[in-house]
Amino acid sequence: MATHVRTAEGSLDLPAILKDCLMTGLVVFALAAPIIGLRTIDTPGGLGIDYRFDDVAFAVLAGIVGRFLLNLYWAYGGRRRPKAKTEEIAGGRAGAFMKKVGLYGGPAAILFAIAMPMLPFADRYTLDVAILVLTYIMLGWGLNIVVGLAGLLDLGYVAFYAVGAYSYALIAAHFDWSFWVCLPLAGLFAAFFGVILGFPVLRLRGDYLAIVTLGFGEIIRVVLLNWYEFTGGPDGVSGVPRPSLFGLEFARSSSDGPTFHQFFGLEFSSLHRIVFLYYVILALALITNFVTLRLRKLPIGRAWEALREDEIACRSLGINPTNTKLTAFAIGAMFGGFAGSFFATRQGFISPESFTFIESAVILAIVVLGGMGSQIGVVIAAIFLIGGTEVFRDLEQYRMLAFGGAMVLIMIWKPRGLLAHREPTLRLPPSRKPEAAPLAGGAS
Amino acid sequence: MEYFVQQLINGVTLGSIYGLIAIGYTMVYGIIGMINFAHGDVFMIGAFIALISLLILGSLGLTFIPLALLIVLIVSMLLSSVYGWTVERVAYRPLRGSFRLAPLISAIGMSIFLQNYVQIAQGARVKPIQPVVNGGIVVMESPNFVVTLSYMQILIVLTTLALMAGFSYLIAKTALGRQQRACEQDRRMASLLGINVDRTISLTFVMGAALASVAGMMFVLYYGVIDFFIGFLAGVKAFTAAVLGGIGSMPGAMLGGLLIGLIETFWSAYFTIEYKDVAAFSILVLVLIFLPTGLLGKPEIEKV
Amino acid sequence: MIGLFADPRVATAAAAADAALLSVEHLTMRFGGLVAIDDVSFHAARREITAIIGPNGAGKTTVFNCLTGFYKPTVGRLTLNREGTLFYLERMEDFRIAQEAHVARTFQNIRLFPAMSVLENLVVAQHNALMRASVMTFAGLFGLKRYRDAEKAAVEKARYWLERINLADRADWNAGNLPYGDQRRLEIARAMCTEPVLLCLDEPAAGLNPRESAELNELLRFIRDEHGIGVLLIEHDMSVVMEISDHVIVLDYGRKIADGSPEAVRSDPNVIKAYLGEDEADELPPEIVADLEQKTGGEA
Repeated sequence: MATHVRTAEGSLDLPAILKDCLMTGLVVFALAAPIIGLRTIDTPGGLGIDYRFDDVAFAVLAGIVGRFLLNLYWAYGGRRRPKAKTEEIAGGRAGAFMKKVGLYGGPAAILFAIAMPMLPFADRYTLDVAILVLTYIMLGWGLNIVVGLAGLLDLGYVAFYAVGAYSYALIAAHFDWSFWVCLPLAGLFAAFFGVILGFPVLRLRGDYLAIVTLGFGEIIRVVLLNWYEFTGGPDGVSGVPRPSLFGLEFARSSSDGPTFHQFFGLEFSSLHRIVFLYYVILALALITNFVTLRLRKLPIGRAWEALREDEIACRSLGINPTNTKLTAFAIGAMFGGFAGSFFATRQGFISPESFTFIESAVILAIVVLGGMGSQIGVVIAAIFLIGGTEVFRDLEQYRMLAFGGAMVLIMIWKPRGLLAHREPTLRLPPSRKPEAAPLAGGAS
Repeated sequence: MEYFVQQLINGVTLGSIYGLIAIGYTMVYGIIGMINFAHGDVFMIGAFIALISLLILGSLGLTFIPLALLIVLIVSMLLSSVYGWTVERVAYRPLRGSFRLAPLISAIGMSIFLQNYVQIAQGARVKPIQPVVNGGIVVMESPNFVVTLSYMQILIVLTTLALMAGFSYLIAKTALGRQQRACEQDRRMASLLGINVDRTISLTFVMGAALASVAGMMFVLYYGVIDFFIGFLAGVKAFTAAVLGGIGSMPGAMLGGLLIGLIETFWSAYFTIEYKDVAAFSILVLVLIFLPTGLLGKPEIEKV
Repeated sequence: MIGLFADPRVATAAAAADAALLSVEHLTMRFGGLVAIDDVSFHAARREITAIIGPNGAGKTTVFNCLTGFYKPTVGRLTLNREGTLFYLERMEDFRIAQEAHVARTFQNIRLFPAMSVLENLVVAQHNALMRASVMTFAGLFGLKRYRDAEKAAVEKARYWLERINLADRADWNAGNLPYGDQRRLEIARAMCTEPVLLCLDEPAAGLNPRESAELNELLRFIRDEHGIGVLLIEHDMSVVMEISDHVIVLDYGRKIADGSPEAVRSDPNVIKAYLGEDEADELPPEIVADLEQKTGGEA
């Protein structure tokens, strides 16, 4: 469908555009007629067909109008096909803006997040949503190390989330250790799993790695589902212990000494525990963020990014690709494991159902849509994708449809994600000594 | 012994279905060097189109089964091809020469989109139908076990063989096949020689989708029940088949499909049915690590 | 060692003059039935620029890929002598060749890290030294002085090379946005930041205009004379090869057909026949000659 939106004289080539739109309509009709227009429904005598030609007509119309608008966009100012380009030089206008956002926006957001539970609108529902969003922000930040920095497409990130959740739940059930002891253990366990999986597969090409990690995620889920004696199978693990604040439980009363409200002489409120959980996940997420920001400025972080840009060049510079990828994988897995144990302790109950491929896809969508490698991008994407769908509960079934569509569109529009601006990890400080004469170029 | 023969028959049937899907992966990989993650979902859509056309033919009162099956075959191949074409046009073509991860992410997005699109349009419930092709031949008999080869199984294997032969001819002897192989070797050079590369790539997707839709139709007829999620597992297993056979090789895809079908069937028959998907994934990992070129694939020389 | 760069004079004095820096013996590389390199042997020395020339498809880049570990040669011994220690390159993984034997390379189609800044490109090249200084990241994570000093030194080394290639004022640009000629020089500087003893350059002058090409000659001479390392060069541009090489090796269809000084190779009948055409020896096009003369005149 080669379209010429303008004639040789430079005016709009309406017949060509109309022909193009008509073709689009025809294609949309062929796509929509069988799947949208003929819906299979259960009838007493077996499956029947429900004819819905109005929906097809609507889809075709939408296709034609959309294509027409796209043509107009191409005709007036828009580029025909956005070229795959790297971002403008650092310190450009977008750079200065993003720098400001990073300088003021980040701390402001953190202050707001800390103050949030004290604000008047913070009821139980808001806090629950906020906890959920923060969990996904943490997962997004963890996956961002793997996908955004190291450029390894991991479709099975949820496996590490599951490993973290189950290690906490099972350790707590069998040994009766506290959350604060189990949390690091769960993280280490997940990292260990990351290394075990990563070691054989990290030398694979990008798309093979994607499908192998997807397979790994499924294997973990199937094992959790079928290893009844150990994981409880589809019934999951229930009665996962709640975290305590230095031994103070969040309960009305406890046999192990004073509870939180008794110790501080407060009226018992179930909200205390929610607020406490909120601060726990906020702290965990912020740790993830600070560690990532720090690592990015260290040799290992720069090597991750270099590996994402060009693995062959990295090898020619003496960077061990397997080890470098493995650290990214393990650190990403560790944060996934932390988030997993938090999830387990918050829910009090876990089952394999919480760890499906869809979960991996949602986390990946957060990273990709926010801008690979961008910490703020992940926050914004998580708020929109998770918070947004929580608010619009009725549109639940369209959620994944929109995620998938958005992933395609964003890749076409901005292949490195929406907020893809990247700040260099170091800048050349002004020279202290008199400049040496340049060898080349300065002579003539 | 009888049990073994029965499993062998079942495995070959399942393997034919996987093989047909695997060809789509292998052809697309050969020409643009990427995994079409949405291919499994095109298979699922093909199955739905076949199911819907069967239902419509049934309600129209067409009772001559061979004719009905032929019509269903053609309709689902045609309409699924449009899906294959559109997927390439929308999600992959604009990303040629883009950032390395972009086409992969776009493909995953497309896969998620198609799955949910069908879920919304057709509902999340499983769709059962009455068996269309009944009966079979008794191959072996012993006091406590009867080995049957159903007509459906014969139909599946024969159709697969016919399609394989047809497509091998297409690739080996026709101008289209030559163009395709040329694009596989060197896309830039092919375009300099006047081959319409975009068209050739589109046609590859169309052919892959058509074959996947045949597999989808077989799946509906053989199992009698589908849902919007079948594309995911079938896709991964067919991809495993393509890798096992040697990605880029058409006979390899078919061979890999057969092997995966057999392994899965025997695994379920002799070990545990719960872990049959784990078996497929484990094979994928093992093959990628120890035999990355597959059984019939050519070694890939890294361009530096 | 985390010095700015090794003092070249000391290094030269210590170098054993008789041992070749690199010796390639009976190198053969087959891809299936195709013999890309057929029993090629040659030497390259310290403080020398060795050029490998030959028509397209002669196997030049394949030699490089074998030397830097990207291909495993079918047959052959590749020995690198780094300060008296011998490395058998054909047995080493690609990244170890760069890391331990200190062989650095550039690529025919430039391979920078396009979305990273020019300075970052040069600092990534010092990865191994910085990893040691950061004690596998831990010292760096807590910002210990030891690591901060090492990073400062790395930046200073990058500055040294940026000034040499005249890119200091663009240090914070994204490497992918540099003009083509700058990218070529940046890639060479990046390779030099790994402190190599042997630098392999795959067509560094490809796509450069005559002026840039002359600048490149300057840079390569500087690297040879001031840093005392060996340079191995694949090049088509005869103005580069004849002007700066100390030693030329000619490949044709995977075989070595000549080996010697530029003057000797230039007049070798085999070479003239196989590479430079039937009768005409290499002649610089007049505009390049004029340009070169003008340049040398301007400097003098």
